[in-house]
Amino acid sequence: MKDIQPSGRGFLDYAPAPESTAILHLRDSYGLFIDGEFRDGRGGSFATISPATEKRIAEIAIASDADVDDAVAAARRAHSTVWSKLSGADRGKYLFRIARLVQERARELAVAESLDNGKPIKESRDTDVPLVAAWFFYYAGWADKLDYAGLGANPRALGVAAQVIPWNFPLLMLAWKIAPALAAGNTVVLKPAETTSLSALLFAEILQQADLPAGVVNIVTGTGATGAALVRHPDVDKVAFTGSTAVGREIAKAVAGTHKKVTLELGGKAANIVFDDAPIDQAVEGIVNGIFFNQGHVCCAGSRLLVQESIHDEVVDRLKQRLTTLRLGDPLDKNTDIGAINSAEQLERIRTLSDLGEQEGAERWTAPCEIPENGFWFAPTIFTNVQTSSTIAREEIFGPVLSVLTFRTPAEAIAKANNTPYGLSAGIWSDKGSKILAVADKLRAGVIWANTFNRFDPASPFGGYKESGYGREGGRHGLSAYLQPGRVEVAEEPAKRRSGAGRVEVAEEPAKRASRSRRPAKKGESK
Amino acid sequence: MTRLTIPKTYKLYIGGKFPRSESGRSYEVRAADGAFLANASLASRKDARDAVVAARAAVSGWAGATAYNRGQVLYRVAEVLEGRREQFAQEIAASEGVSVADARRQVDAAIDTWVWYAGWADKFVQVAGAGNPVAGPFFNLSVPEPTGVVAVVAPQGEASLLGLVRVVAPALVAGNAVVVVPDEAHPLSAISLAEVLATSDLPGGVVNVLTGSPAELAPWLASHADVNALDLAGAGQLEWVDLDISAADTLKRVLRPEPGVPAASLDRVLAYTETKTVWHTKSLI
Repeated sequence: MKDIQPSGRGFLDYAPAPESTAILHLRDSYGLFIDGEFRDGRGGSFATISPATEKRIAEIAIASDADVDDAVAAARRAHSTVWSKLSGADRGKYLFRIARLVQERARELAVAESLDNGKPIKESRDTDVPLVAAWFFYYAGWADKLDYAGLGANPRALGVAAQVIPWNFPLLMLAWKIAPALAAGNTVVLKPAETTSLSALLFAEILQQADLPAGVVNIVTGTGATGAALVRHPDVDKVAFTGSTAVGREIAKAVAGTHKKVTLELGGKAANIVFDDAPIDQAVEGIVNGIFFNQGHVCCAGSRLLVQESIHDEVVDRLKQRLTTLRLGDPLDKNTDIGAINSAEQLERIRTLSDLGEQEGAERWTAPCEIPENGFWFAPTIFTNVQTSSTIAREEIFGPVLSVLTFRTPAEAIAKANNTPYGLSAGIWSDKGSKILAVADKLRAGVIWANTFNRFDPASPFGGYKESGYGREGGRHGLSAYLQPGRVEVAEEPAKRRSGAGRVEVAEEPAKRASRSRRPAKKGESK
Repeated sequence: MTRLTIPKTYKLYIGGKFPRSESGRSYEVRAADGAFLANASLASRKDARDAVVAARAAVSGWAGATAYNRGQVLYRVAEVLEGRREQFAQEIAASEGVSVADARRQVDAAIDTWVWYAGWADKFVQVAGAGNPVAGPFFNLSVPEPTGVVAVVAPQGEASLLGLVRVVAPALVAGNAVVVVPDEAHPLSAISLAEVLATSDLPGGVVNVLTGSPAELAPWLASHADVNALDLAGAGQLEWVDLDISAADTLKRVLRPEPGVPAASLDRVLAYTETKTVWHTKSLI
């Protein structure tokens, strides 16, 4: 344990290896992408900065309500005149093109993402951007196979999708939203997060290179007000949101009573459960990946470590030892493990909650690392002696902060893991397969990783239970969230409902996929 | 001499028991011709909360039962209902003012609905689940699981028994527990159905029946933090948008109002499920 030194010294002393920004050809200012071209926003503009240096990157337009109107109108027009008339095979070809263009420009997109978001280049290069391409490639193949999506024959697109995405995985969340929407035959108005618009605007250039018909995808940048105007717009048919539970609630209220279909992917407070029979080396790596990947800016992050009491000290010691070797710094450096916190606002939230953890009696440990002078940084932090009632065990911190709790029996682990209004993800570490299966059965969470963590794949549905939202993204489930059943001729409906005195329904051959009016309209689509 | 009949006392059904409303309230149920039929319990907010507690306590056992077992219990409901077919027909004819023949058809449709949903219990997982071909050494499986506690406003002013069965049975298939407010004007068949459920091996608390006013009870159920899903099937005449907004505070899954009696459909089963995806790591060999 003693032979490993803090980062920046000894055999772990790496020379800086920054990725060059020469690959980027950024404009000084970006407009809105509406109806196939860039145009000025009418709501003013703001500077997007690098969170690692606080230096200005480019000027980003703010979409006014009128701009949002225009974008929705362009999407509606594109849907009715072009996109709904294309064959599924042709829609698929556009998506395949996009997947290939993303691969071709992968390095450029990764550099832009790390510059604007602050995440380490090794993550944007090896995780975000490859998954973006994979997502488009996966859903491209669905576009001409919608009959197999699980909604019966000839399912239909919903129409115009309003999509609002967060700042933690800017381009990946864009892909999660746009790829299934287009494959299903919808057109899109997408609102990137305020602090991370850049990669979405580069993506708009890719759409131009792909020759995607004008208006099929529109990108409106701006603040929260722009997003609110978009989801409230009366001419959108589908709302898809990824972000905080607080904003998700507001959106659920805003669309209450409307015809809009909704999927919400919200916050989490995932339990990462380590049993005493776990492969400890892998578990320690998994814990680190679970909470320190992307600076902990991950809705499904394993922010609550539940470790079996008998191995608590060993696990915590080895965790600290491992965290001591992590390198925090320039996101563009290929050796960087921990990048910058995305914004001053988020940094403040992390600091506030961490201070609260200390005040409430938890023991704080911070990895020894040098914090750069400029930019927003937070060193990897572990809290031990955390009570289940502690704020840091209940609230989502969305930063590189791990709360460690203990348990004695599997039943206690399950009870503690489920003791949260969230239900997005969970991890289980054990070498005993039967135990993993039994525990996975009892966890109330939408994604469970056994002996791994933070894995994502376009073929794998992702989404939460309880207040982590509803609906799934990824796989066939994610596709059906953008579809409605095909129209069924009345003749197929054997049910006879008489009105008035003799209100009786004859025993019927209960419905196949019924017509739209007879299908229960559910806000979230959790098929 | 004709025998003097023994009228039934209609009470609530909560946690497998038949209590009166804790409020002591009741309301008159009259036949279509105005004749007095019964005093039904008028459930209160406290009764609704008790029902949610009972439902929550019942979820793990019912959801944890095997699919085969749940299917058999739902089929058992059909069997017991079939045996009491004539009683339900008479009760419905008197209450709704329809002919006994029409009432029988309604009961038959209700029985057939139980049978149809019983068959889904061990099949919907295969239809809605998936084995996912992820790009890595993982065994990755998605399965639908029950959402938890479902609060339901049953269809109002339509076929009272069939409407109730069409909203309750699908919620039970996956292993949810239900708190239901039946047809306010025709609540008697709901309590008689509760007697059927109580004698069909359905564990207490899995279905809870609150006769009374949907307008009074629904807001408490919509805002209750321990209710996971809200079915507004019969809430079309209420201020249901307010209920939808209220349910958003705890991000409940909400089914919007439907005219008439909902069709039997797999969508109603899946509406009360959550997809759980588990990644199992494969070792290197």
